[in-house]
Amino acid sequence: HQVLRIKTKNEEEVKQLQLLESLEHLQLDFWINPSAHALPVDVRIPAVSVQSVKAFLESQGIEYSILIEDLQDVLDKEKQDMAESAQRQRSSSFDFGAYHTLDDINEELDHLASEYSFVEKIQIGESYEKRPLYVLKFSTGGTNRPAIWLDAGIHSREWVTQASALWIANKIASDYGTDASVTSLLDKMDLFLLPVANPDGFVYTHTSNRMWRKTRSKIPGSVCIGVDPNRNWDAGFGGPGASKNPCSDSYHGPSANSEVEVKSVVDFIKNHGNFKAFLTLHSYSQLLMYPYGYKCTRPDDYAELESLGRAAASSIRSLYGTTFQVGTICKTIYQASGGSIDWSYDNGIKYSFAFELRDTGNYGFLLPASQIVPAAKETWLGLKKIMEHVLNKSS
Amino acid sequence: AMELPPGHFSAARAAAVAVGYLRYLRGGPGRGLELRALRRARRQDIDDVGHKYYLELELEDVLDKDRTVNCTAEVLYHLGSQTTAPDVQVTVQGELRSTEEADKEFYNRIRSLEKELVAENIPDSHGNVPPELEPIHLLAWVASGYVIWQNSTENTKFHLAQVKHVKQVKRSDEDLQFDYVVLLHEMVSQEVMPWEVTVLWHPGRGARVSRHRRSPRECLS
Repeated sequence: HQVLRIKTKNEEEVKQLQLLESLEHLQLDFWINPSAHALPVDVRIPAVSVQSVKAFLESQGIEYSILIEDLQDVLDKEKQDMAESAQRQRSSSFDFGAYHTLDDINEELDHLASEYSFVEKIQIGESYEKRPLYVLKFSTGGTNRPAIWLDAGIHSREWVTQASALWIANKIASDYGTDASVTSLLDKMDLFLLPVANPDGFVYTHTSNRMWRKTRSKIPGSVCIGVDPNRNWDAGFGGPGASKNPCSDSYHGPSANSEVEVKSVVDFIKNHGNFKAFLTLHSYSQLLMYPYGYKCTRPDDYAELESLGRAAASSIRSLYGTTFQVGTICKTIYQASGGSIDWSYDNGIKYSFAFELRDTGNYGFLLPASQIVPAAKETWLGLKKIMEHVLNKSS
Repeated sequence: AMELPPGHFSAARAAAVAVGYLRYLRGGPGRGLELRALRRARRQDIDDVGHKYYLELELEDVLDKDRTVNCTAEVLYHLGSQTTAPDVQVTVQGELRSTEEADKEFYNRIRSLEKELVAENIPDSHGNVPPELEPIHLLAWVASGYVIWQNSTENTKFHLAQVKHVKQVKRSDEDLQFDYVVLLHEMVSQEVMPWEVTVLWHPGRGARVSRHRRSPRECLS
């Protein structure tokens, strides 16, 4: 098919084209119809009619030029261009060394899920402002295999954690089948990764206040908004180390699990019933901690957790020399009630650890993007050490 | 004095006070000191006086990262007092890299500005600091170092979270003046609070905080 552009000189010529238009057997498709002689007329002509239409125009002395020599060619090229572009977008142009918006993160979760057969994106609930809570499930089979939980971004301003979680997700997915440790792990266990545990807060750090920590729930009887989601778990709830003041950044909330972001995780883990490890990422301070926070006594498994913590910190240090202090929450950072790993530990998940990632205060929450990948890499080594141990112990 | 594990929070808090004090004393637009490692910490409870911490610190100059500098510090928190600043003494072992050149260059650059310098959000949300603002950033460490030292107790641990706003104020004398609004992050309460701090600085004389106050609390939603 060809597309011609016809330049009429007068009303007479326009009338001729209108006559042509009426000849249905030619199957002419006017992209710009003949109307006023000053305007060009564009017409698509099926292959069979091309010769006769051209002959007619020439006999009438009507000027034309060829706009498109072969329409099929053009369409084929366009289709190819579109396929290539989609291909480029799909083959991870996601920059793990940069900070992203929630939408971009969710898009990457979709990409990972579509690229790897053993990765699935599931929704475990909704935030206060009705944003989906997306978890990546890594599973190579089985039914309800023993599982590992990993979350990031429960405190929204701790941007290196959500960013690291994405890198780690991609690392695990791409290492399965090639890395011995990851392969043997996923051959026997499942991994559930929640990269943005507090999406409302996260969006707020992008749109309004970079230093926002809490959820964005309305507190009855207060002008202040939000609850510290890591003081809201049912572990020593309301005890020392959490504030009763709704305006405080460590406000524990009206009751345990009042925050839907927390309740959704609690319900998911309880319903699953077979979690062996609960790992959570925070920043900053470079710490690797295990229970308890709500009380300053040692957990029953103190010796094993301390030893495993040290081994993990050692792995972390092996990469860039970054030192993480190891210990119970209460001794290492402060007494803090209602924390997630205390809840998980008291609910039978022995291997409960909280990481505080880079740095130690120079940039704090505003860690330069150039440090995301190094932070993620070293953290991954620590997580892997713990996961390997969990795997050993559960077989 | 009793030995503390370096991972214990009370040692870390005392170290943060010592670093704040040191930054105020020895920092400047050409020198930013950071804590590389807390090597050793001991604590002594002194009857009717307070708690004294003895620290061995390893520091690093951000503009001279190839080497570390050792220092010892003593931090005395006064008993029962929430309003008196801790007494701090610091001894730096060896020499810190000279900043004479950088200081002079910064001083001349600012003095020759036609319009007074104004900047905000240092670092920005992504942790970026434009190179020409790095000296202003380091001067903020000096300013916040003072505020941190003056306002710390055994139950707090402050860090500079961000420079929200900085404005140069031209003076008739030879000092440079910068009015900062800094955000300080307090680790124990997890609050991030704005402080207004005025810093005077001169290459020969170093920095002085002439005024500081916590900003009146706005209703942050």
